Amino acid sequence: MSDIQSVQEEIIEEFSILGDDKESTIFYIMELGDKLPPFPEEEKKEDNIIKGCQSKVWLITKTEGDKVVYLADSNTDITKGLISLLIRVLSHRKADEIVNADLYFISKIGMGSIIGSQRSNGLAAMIKQMKLYALAYQSKLNA
Amino acid sequence: MYRKDSVAKEGDAGFPVESIRKRFPILHQEVNGRPLVYLDNAATSQKPLSVIQALNQYYSTDNANIHRGAHALAARATDQFERTRQMVKSFINSPSEEQVIFTKGTTEGINLVASSFGRKFIQEGDEIIISAMEHHSNIVPWQMLCEEKGAELKVIPITDEGELILETYEKLLTPKTKLVAIQHVSNALGTVHPISGIIEKAHEVGAKVLVDAAQSSSHFLVDVQALDCDFLAFSAHKLYGPTGLGILYGKRELLEVMPPYQGGGEMIKEVDFDGTTFNDIPFKFEAGTPNIADVIAFQKALEFIQELGKDRILAHENELLSYATDKLGSIKGFIPVGTASQKVSVLSFLINGMHPFDVGMMLDAMGIAVRTGHHCAQPLMKRFNIEGTVRASFAVYNTKQEIDTLYNSLSRIAKRKN
Repeated sequence: MSDIQSVQEEIIEEFSILGDDKESTIFYIMELGDKLPPFPEEEKKEDNIIKGCQSKVWLITKTEGDKVVYLADSNTDITKGLISLLIRVLSHRKADEIVNADLYFISKIGMGSIIGSQRSNGLAAMIKQMKLYALAYQSKLNA
Repeated sequence: MYRKDSVAKEGDAGFPVESIRKRFPILHQEVNGRPLVYLDNAATSQKPLSVIQALNQYYSTDNANIHRGAHALAARATDQFERTRQMVKSFINSPSEEQVIFTKGTTEGINLVASSFGRKFIQEGDEIIISAMEHHSNIVPWQMLCEEKGAELKVIPITDEGELILETYEKLLTPKTKLVAIQHVSNALGTVHPISGIIEKAHEVGAKVLVDAAQSSSHFLVDVQALDCDFLAFSAHKLYGPTGLGILYGKRELLEVMPPYQGGGEMIKEVDFDGTTFNDIPFKFEAGTPNIADVIAFQKALEFIQELGKDRILAHENELLSYATDKLGSIKGFIPVGTASQKVSVLSFLINGMHPFDVGMMLDAMGIAVRTGHHCAQPLMKRFNIEGTVRASFAVYNTKQEIDTLYNSLSRIAKRKN
């Protein structure tokens, strides 16, 4: 599996092909959301909602060996697309890799201007929550 | 207003929409590489050049604090400021200009009445009636007042089409009803309520009526004397005027006995540490330096409306609504929300299987500005068991070609899930 940096470079490359065309970019992000693995319906509960997002975003984690695995869903397709990007970069990785990840691809692809400031805040909340889960797992390992 | 069974569809073939568009500089730009199609007029309308120039002119040549100034600039600014009050008086057919109070907007007008009228006249056990379609700004001030006073808030229910159930309204009216606070037109669905009858019934039990005219004043003539409403509030920015300015009209006998809303300059006659005597209306309710520039620039917006004529503006908007309702209705997966028999040019809808935010964002990517979400009417959305809608709202400068663009874009979007 590629490292975090390589995956980010792949994403930057994909978005550079789309260029400045916002319509294509938005449709592409939504298509990424369509491919997100199914999220268990029973986990769509209040406790799993990420606070700070305009849309509803549910996030849960599990571990496979020493790797943290994320599962997430949203009630809006664009947000699902954003989550799918984060999962592609961060899921199935060791906790310390996730905690220390510098997610530079977000600014590099100009996500702020694509999704606007409100959704950017939501995206930041998602990243924070994903890192917090990894940090909690890391602390458990070190305990 | 648009009636489904009317002949309004014929419209006004000679309506000079292209020359009107030239007067709105903001419309002539590209957004996301496409010509801007601005269909968020129920949130705020764009401003004609004359309004923008008036703001520039005021700050360039006339800026001074109004009233009591002993110099030429103050006199000019005061004259212009008060001239707007006279124009608004005519615009709503108020019996006098003293009954025209400048506020920050509709929300402040409602809060002023809740705070001032409410403080003096609402007692424990009294009842206030609103409707299930109200904007939050015509819900929350009354909730706060009821909580403070131990009064009760009653809500007129609505039908699935988005119309008030008037039989229930009449049953809610009792001698305990002190105030009916109701919108003239729904911001979320565009429904035009039969406001005259609502006011008449309220008066039969001795209740006063506040009309939230934020969404009606831009579409058709609102005559406060013909309506016989006790209060009426609206915002300049939905009427092609500047933001941060609203108007509250009130009946003289009420305004004169109501306590001031805020304390400060302008609203006093004489201040002493032993006590203060208050100014006469309207100044009693206009504490502090008002929004002078925007008040003065609002004249140009009123002149713009008067020049075109409200009947012609309404006919044009009705034609657009009728055209859009029919055209968008043919899109597979299009679900209209709010199908009242009488509407203004607001089209609220959902696309089957899609969240309104996604639809709005995709339309934005195509250069089309609409509003998505709960439209500050969460109780209404709960009534329909939805999180929100997509809302396209049309104004004097919109065209059928723009609706065609909306149709084409929406058709492509809807295909994702339909």
